[in-house]
Amino acid sequence: MTWLAILVASAGCYLLKLAGLSIPRAVLDRPLVSRVADLVPVALLAALVAVQALAEGSDLSMDARLAGLGVAAVALALRAPFLVVVVLAAATAALLRLT
Amino acid sequence: MTLPPLPSTERAAILRDSLAVGVATGAYGISFGAIGVSSGLSAAQTCALSLLVFTGASQFALVGVIAAGGAPMSGAATALLLGSRNTLYGLRLAPLLGWSGWRRAAAAHLLIDESTAMAVNRDSRPAARTAFLGTGLAVFSLWNLATLGGALAGEALGDPRTYGLDAAVGGAFLALLWPRLGDRLARVVALAAVALALGLVPVTAAGVPVLAAAGVALAAGLMTSRAPGSDASGDSR
Repeated sequence: MTWLAILVASAGCYLLKLAGLSIPRAVLDRPLVSRVADLVPVALLAALVAVQALAEGSDLSMDARLAGLGVAAVALALRAPFLVVVVLAAATAALLRLT
Repeated sequence: MTLPPLPSTERAAILRDSLAVGVATGAYGISFGAIGVSSGLSAAQTCALSLLVFTGASQFALVGVIAAGGAPMSGAATALLLGSRNTLYGLRLAPLLGWSGWRRAAAAHLLIDESTAMAVNRDSRPAARTAFLGTGLAVFSLWNLATLGGALAGEALGDPRTYGLDAAVGGAFLALLWPRLGDRLARVVALAAVALALGLVPVTAAGVPVLAAAGVALAAGLMTSRAPGSDASGDSR
């Protein structure tokens, strides 16, 4: 099932890329379409952040992950590069679980 | 591939910048590799994602949904929704790159955030092609090597929670989201998406809350287009 999902995502993501290079510009280049397309990643990523930090199965729980996310937000506000942000989030959660 | 002439100094400068972007982007392939195996994928599955899907946010989304216990297919659906932005990049780049046939089919695989950003502002077709191919190939090579390294390291580590890798996933998503929060509409959409997703967590299967959040973007797009002049997006002429 996981392999099937990987293949579906692979084929789909490739076709989305190819479509962009192939479709006549006028078909998709409308204000509504481009605005929604700009906002879809924002909505999905925000939801992924929240679920990743707070969901525990079908419950919500505040634990070391939320502290890691807070440190990541501070690092981003200080313009830290991607890898530093990710490592700081992991290190924060790991240290809290040691104590 | 025969490119029309481009001054060799300009070509060298573009390729140097492309390599720098490739190194910087490739490096976080390490975190993708480690997070992939800690989410329950095998090293081969994690590497297949980097080779075949090859668009970072979609890959992180797929493993994130699986890590949260969601069905792999809802992970794939989330990956596709995120991958739809590459279609818009393609629309913008197509006239600039001017490829057709097999060249276009091959170039499509390299159509990602970084190759678009490096190519879109060039003032000539040869420069745009050089930047697109240089960046795309540099990121592709290094991203896949780094994924393999991260996946092998992740498998050797044991329980990922000990190292906070579950928190690393949230940090990675936040880092991908951060540069998109520039205007007020985006911030409102992000907050609404968070509220909707968290509200759905207790009552739906894992994976559904994230997919449902895409509806917030659709609603926001429809509402702002029906109220011309109500936001600063500059579409009201």
